[in-house]
Amino acid sequence: MTSTMESEVKVPAFAQDTDRRLCIICSKGTLDMAYPGLVLANAALLEGIEVNLFFTFWGLDMITERRMDHLKATPVGNTAMHMPQAIGPIPGMTTMATKMMKKEIAKLGFPDVPEFLDTLVDAGASLWACQMSIDMMKLEAEDLYEGVSGIIGASEFMEMSEDAQIIFI
Amino acid sequence: MTTALLGGREVHIDDEGFMTEPTEWSEELSEILAKQIGIDTLTEAHWTVLRFLRQDFETEGETPTLRRISTQIGVSTKELFGLFPKKPGKKMAYVAGLPKPKGCI
Repeated sequence: MTSTMESEVKVPAFAQDTDRRLCIICSKGTLDMAYPGLVLANAALLEGIEVNLFFTFWGLDMITERRMDHLKATPVGNTAMHMPQAIGPIPGMTTMATKMMKKEIAKLGFPDVPEFLDTLVDAGASLWACQMSIDMMKLEAEDLYEGVSGIIGASEFMEMSEDAQIIFI
Repeated sequence: MTTALLGGREVHIDDEGFMTEPTEWSEELSEILAKQIGIDTLTEAHWTVLRFLRQDFETEGETPTLRRISTQIGVSTKELFGLFPKKPGKKMAYVAGLPKPKGCI
């Protein structure tokens, strides 16, 4: 006899809201290093976790309007691409590696970077650009993806990430 | 295997409360499951999503991810988060009587 009382019907634990907060620092501007942050942010949002993404140094390319859809993957210095290191710098290799990676990513059903950002913003993530990086790259707020919430300094990031878990990429 | 009494019927559920036998599902059960997780009324917009989940599970053998739902039936991520707040992927699968989605997107 396995029946249970109606009142004992199990309400899943996931139905409880969480107060977990996550800050992801995106500091790289290559295609392969853009995705980990985006995928983790998306997974966190699906778990009801509050997500802030902070784009600094080369990571700023991920939210710079004219660059975000042109991030590249390169075999140069990347032994995990499993090819002789001398081949990496040959002209055209980076373009080829980028094309291949984009194709594989699309095959898995993942969106490109701009559409991924749209999805994250739609799901409630906040995107922040690093002030120092903006100054260094000589960018203006108008150069950034429209979904960016603002430009902040490192100390504001520290305030924002108080009590949050931080992932640095 | 745990069972629970839902709407007067015994259904099989896993440790987290998700139904494990898709054939035991009915639309009435969805109404009950929705209330369990704080969604008091299932609107037509909810049903559009739930019916797609059921149909897609039948053909693909797995619970569709949010992105798949969004691209296949043209409902935005924002709308999905509005219909099934906070944890849309798990909530819609739960209400549809399906396993929780495994995909990363």
